[in-house]
Amino acid sequence: MTGPAPAERERHRIGMYWAAGCGGCDMSLLEIGPHLLELVDAADVVLWPCVADFKYRDVAGYPDGHIDVCFVNGAVRNSEEEEVARLLRKKSRTLVAYGACAIEGGVPALASLGAVEPLFDAVYRDNPSIDNPAGTLPRTSTETPHGPLHLPSFYRQVLRLRDVVEVDYQIPGCPPQAPQVWSVVQAVLNGGVPAKGDGRKVGCDDKSVCDTCAREKRHVRISGFKRPHEAVPEPGWCLLEQGFLCMGPATRGGCGALCLKASLPCRGCYGPSGTAEDQGMAMIGALGSILDATTEERARELVAQVVDPVGTFYRFSLASSHLKGGRAEGRGAP
Amino acid sequence: MTGRRITIDPVTRLEGHGRIDIFLDEQGEVGDCFFQVPELRGFEKFCEGRPVEEMPRITTRICGVCPEAHMMAAAKAADAVYGITLPTTARLLRELQYQIFYVTDHTTHFYALAAPDFVMGPRSEPAQRNLIGIIRKLGLEIGGQVIQCRQWGHEAAEIFGGRPVRPINAIPGGMSKGLSADERKRLDEIVRFMVDFAQASLRLFRKVVLESGEYRDLILSGPYTHATYSMGLVDEQNHVNFYDGRVRVVDPEGKELVKFAPAEYAKHVAERVEPWTYLKFPYLKAVGWKGFVDGKDSGVYRATPGARLNVSDGMSTPLAQEAYEEYFETLTGDRTGRTPVHHTLAIHWARLVEMLHAAERAQELVRNPEITHPEHYRVLPTETPHEGVGTVEAPRGTLTHHYVTDEKGILKKVNLIVGTTNNHAAICLSIKKAAQSVLHAGVEPDEGLLNMIEMAFRAYDPCYGCATHALPGEMPLEVRIRDARGAVVRTLRR
Amino acid sequence: MAEAMPHAALTKDAPVAAAWEPRIVAFLCYWCSYTGADAAGTARLKYPPNVDVIRVMCSGRIDPELVTAALAKGADGVMVCGCHIGDCHYIAGNHKTMARMPLVARALAQLGIAPGRFVHEWVSAAEGDKFAALVDRVTRQVRRLGPLDWPRRMRERGVPGGRGLSPWSEP
Repeated sequence: MTGPAPAERERHRIGMYWAAGCGGCDMSLLEIGPHLLELVDAADVVLWPCVADFKYRDVAGYPDGHIDVCFVNGAVRNSEEEEVARLLRKKSRTLVAYGACAIEGGVPALASLGAVEPLFDAVYRDNPSIDNPAGTLPRTSTETPHGPLHLPSFYRQVLRLRDVVEVDYQIPGCPPQAPQVWSVVQAVLNGGVPAKGDGRKVGCDDKSVCDTCAREKRHVRISGFKRPHEAVPEPGWCLLEQGFLCMGPATRGGCGALCLKASLPCRGCYGPSGTAEDQGMAMIGALGSILDATTEERARELVAQVVDPVGTFYRFSLASSHLKGGRAEGRGAP
Repeated sequence: MTGRRITIDPVTRLEGHGRIDIFLDEQGEVGDCFFQVPELRGFEKFCEGRPVEEMPRITTRICGVCPEAHMMAAAKAADAVYGITLPTTARLLRELQYQIFYVTDHTTHFYALAAPDFVMGPRSEPAQRNLIGIIRKLGLEIGGQVIQCRQWGHEAAEIFGGRPVRPINAIPGGMSKGLSADERKRLDEIVRFMVDFAQASLRLFRKVVLESGEYRDLILSGPYTHATYSMGLVDEQNHVNFYDGRVRVVDPEGKELVKFAPAEYAKHVAERVEPWTYLKFPYLKAVGWKGFVDGKDSGVYRATPGARLNVSDGMSTPLAQEAYEEYFETLTGDRTGRTPVHHTLAIHWARLVEMLHAAERAQELVRNPEITHPEHYRVLPTETPHEGVGTVEAPRGTLTHHYVTDEKGILKKVNLIVGTTNNHAAICLSIKKAAQSVLHAGVEPDEGLLNMIEMAFRAYDPCYGCATHALPGEMPLEVRIRDARGAVVRTLRR
Repeated sequence: MAEAMPHAALTKDAPVAAAWEPRIVAFLCYWCSYTGADAAGTARLKYPPNVDVIRVMCSGRIDPELVTAALAKGADGVMVCGCHIGDCHYIAGNHKTMARMPLVARALAQLGIAPGRFVHEWVSAAEGDKFAALVDRVTRQVRRLGPLDWPRRMRERGVPGGRGLSPWSEP
């Protein structure tokens, strides 16, 4: 399916590619279900490693801009991923960062909180089932009797797609929810996308999750924090008001507040809302406004009940935060 | 360097990333073959410092194809950390959600990833050799059913956990919400469809694969066969159980080597490290590591649908039991299943038997009246958290989560042995053997032949995002043939 | 406010490679802490010139994002000052501050920023000497810790420029 004849140009060419992701975004594209057949009728898929055998050799052989829309999910964690991201930028008219990892770093960006060496230690040397007396670690180059074997080199930081190439649009979510994905795909096929703009977010709301959450807001302040397994929430009432820490106020809407329907608090997978840049600090700002505390002592008491601030407030967005992890000095207390 | 080198880079129609390097000797025969996994994320490290009750939501990001497997293993490990025994309703809900997930997941693998090789043909035109090609060839009816099965499976996930992909509802002590009568009714409809669809899939397999001489011979052929140990979870009757049980290992002849409680995994399994791949190699300690070889003296084992059928004495549901007996009768002549099946490509068939079992078992569970109890879907922990192990059968193999926490339930140490990791050594063996059989002196390797090497590996339904709990590294898709000096002499386009 | 003494780098006799001086950003609320800082100036109290003041109407206006933005852009330390509890000109503005800043401190520690780089203190309009002493203490603390230079650390880790973040001294 390379180089279609000029006469066939009314069919779009679409690509879906995964960098450092988990496959959830690829599954979410399949989630459009019956619409998949509509998509396949209107467009040619010219790249999708999860599901089809197109090769990068094909892609490298395409003329520049040959792919009309290329979705890229996953963060950039090693040298090869960056290389391929650049290749796809060249070969695509429109490049879309798809999903939390590509846009904000996602869960894997939590690895940026530490250095690479302790990570390798925990995986390859220091755990209950390891048998590695020589302390062997994977290497970028290993000699065998037949020739060398190579592995890509790790970056010390997890990068976003837009850290390495220019990105036209971004579809947030972990993964993006199907109705939103389909509306974006439709817009692409019918020419209805808004004007390009430096990673403009599409397929989502501007406001926060709270705006579309069906739970009742009673406008009470938080008088204590509970972890989700410590108590059964009252149905229908805002979880944050009940003391279950919920990232809703600092998270972009568009998912339909699905986790809340399962009685669990939002954990922020659609990334920061509105014009906020740093989701974690935005959440701290929001929390600070609604604690039931008029003395410093009381404020400290309440705040001490929050466990793992960084792992909760930045779970999906560390790579797009101001400080991006990076462990400058010392170990840091939780 | 003595001869040529063929690189398949990356392999496709799998979850995750991998590449195959084949070294040809001077005679043009395969000298050695390496399967490299170029990905690592480090969940085992960056989960330190996270609260244990968040692990069912965090570890679901290890894999987007089988997130429920991680969610369940994490929830079970968290249950163990808090010393919780689940009430009946909670246990029923967990298992029901899991069985429905199994049907969806096996459907995805079989139709989207594996079947193209069988339905379109392993050496067919690559642009057609995918799910879309299958739908066009088999017709919209089957295609529609595949889409419906996945769609309804995700609807079920949404009923349980709020979201169609990657539900988040398992927590220490049970589930975050119960099931209403209406929801149960809808699930009953979904499950009924799934039982029918699983049977239809087995019929399709029979028609397209078993009744075709070519594929049948392929399955039974030597290059796609390895005699290894097998591992899987079984219940008290030694029946396959995806959600719970003890880990049973049988030797290549079918004799039980050991049956252990999940918490003791480290006594029986150890992991080796090679510098040329980010993925570790588990092996059986009792037998020892003898290198990349199969047989009774090698600690290499497999944890796959085929392995699960091998370690079990049968299936606990009637239709699946029939399918089990047909499977063993055809492949070993002994319908009791006492003789293990070692044909790698037969794993696809075992997968469909499991799909049927999962659907039947889901039907039993959804009709249990206790499943809609309005309160017993969870209990609150009372003990001080410390350490726990949770094991389930992921579709791709035995999955173990091991957590150590402080007294507040914040993680200090995490160890994960994930489905496909179990099979890493066996996959290396399978690829090498397949390569040795299809690549010979004087035969110019074309794209179709190389795909046949990949088929040896695709049968394991590998999930490399899982296996390395890694950020998959993406590699350029190229087949480069180099001469002894490393210069590229030919580039293959599939 | 005290006359800012010229940085060593700006004097004629400065060596070509200037010795590093801590750069500290201080967010001061207009009604109390900025006035307190002003009082220190009026009283000609001596304190190090390393603090760059950003005046806001109320400490409750200090979005935690401002703290991380300052560090990300190259500040070596950040101070947040406001009215004492009970004295806020807007009644409860500093209630928000007192709830936010401890969480900011914990998050910064988890992110690997040494605790001495972020300081939150109440300074009243009459506490010029407290302000001077505070700046002195924080500057010494940060000087001991050394430069943070977050943009350089990010560049070393392969993060290209970040979203337009640039070192403090670049135009």
